[in-house]
Amino acid sequence: MNAPIPTAATDEPRVPATPPSPLWLDFWSGISANNPVFVQMLGLCPAMAVSNSLANGLAMGLATTFVLMCSSFLISAVRNYIASEVRLTSYILIIATFVTVADMVLAAGFPEISKALGPFIPLIVVNCIILGRAEAFAGKVGPTRALADALGMGAGFTFALILISGFRELLGSGSLLGFNVLGPRYEPWVFMVMPPGGFLTLGLIFLVMGWRMEHAAGRGKGAAS
Amino acid sequence: MSAESAPVAVAATSAAPPPPSVPASRLLMTLAFGGAFAGLLIATVYEKTLPAIQRYADAKVEGAVNEVLGKPARIETLYLLGDRLSRTPPKGVELREITKAYVGFNDKDVRVGVAVEAAEPGFADEVRLMIGFDPATATLTGFSMLGQKETPGLGDKIEKDAAFRNAFKGKGTPLRGTKNATTDATMVQTITGATISSRTVIQIINHAVALWQPRLLALEKEEAK
Repeated sequence: MNAPIPTAATDEPRVPATPPSPLWLDFWSGISANNPVFVQMLGLCPAMAVSNSLANGLAMGLATTFVLMCSSFLISAVRNYIASEVRLTSYILIIATFVTVADMVLAAGFPEISKALGPFIPLIVVNCIILGRAEAFAGKVGPTRALADALGMGAGFTFALILISGFRELLGSGSLLGFNVLGPRYEPWVFMVMPPGGFLTLGLIFLVMGWRMEHAAGRGKGAAS
Repeated sequence: MSAESAPVAVAATSAAPPPPSVPASRLLMTLAFGGAFAGLLIATVYEKTLPAIQRYADAKVEGAVNEVLGKPARIETLYLLGDRLSRTPPKGVELREITKAYVGFNDKDVRVGVAVEAAEPGFADEVRLMIGFDPATATLTGFSMLGQKETPGLGDKIEKDAAFRNAFKGKGTPLRGTKNATTDATMVQTITGATISSRTVIQIINHAVALWQPRLLALEKEEAK
């Protein structure tokens, strides 16, 4: 499971012989090959805790993307001025600052969503995706690549949350973004919007992904022989 | 395994030059700059977002007062000082920090009821209500949910179930909960699957009316003298 975590860029970021990967690869890697939730299995706590409705999932994804982009950019910009000894302290300080900003902006601009997400917005501080990207990527490359990577990771996290929360809200409340989709005759599976529904949804997604990977591997083997 | 890992360790230590010692003053400066930047950013965003956050809180209270008192023509605010109510706000105190009661009057300037805020722990977290009642008869004009985090799909019906909310209108206090349909003037049917949350609402209302009715009657008595 550890193998896919370092991206091509994080493996040897300072070797001048290897040309830096295009920004698109940095971006796309976070959505597909290194998706933080589905591949790296990071940020699973918010992915399950706030994915009981699509609006909550979307808001959490966007808030995390905002924090990820701001902190990655700033960490990358000041990386040469931060001594290794206070590296982690400085990263956490920067991340916590942007999380507090996101929390206040959400409370002012989208109070209902801010209330629904409750303590999970401040808890973005301890989301492993953000500190992980700061340490593995943003602290080693320039601001442009750090930003592309952060945008990709944020988009990948948001995509994962949309998938999980959309599925849960559809079955658990019969609606999407609060609009009734399945009609009045549909009896909602309340179970799906409760914590076990999060585990079940994530398990199902991993099952489908595993099956697809196995299928692709089988096809590759067939083509090779 | 040890035969494999040993050369790696040697290679790592021999390749990496001994880290130059960083003076403590530089570490201190890094963190001081970081802290100052964080403080400045947070303070700025706080200043910018506070008015919107307060406007939302005020609008929510105003909406709840209008809801429980049936859109009165005029609302008068009473301020709680110690255990006494006053029509004039105390000087030198932040008005937001004072507990208030809202008296509603109809277009003929007749009192339609008083709205007060009350909160108690529910099944999951605090349940916060705006309660409207007539102080002369201790009869309810209704309640509005200001905040709850009860179980989605079960306990949160205390907010989403319109029949439950409407059942309180015109009922006398102290209220009692029952599992069966009732026409009793002091009984309310609790929600299946949300027994504790329903009871919490009943309890908050009973406690609030018992606490506020004597205060309001004492003010009337005092002013009649």
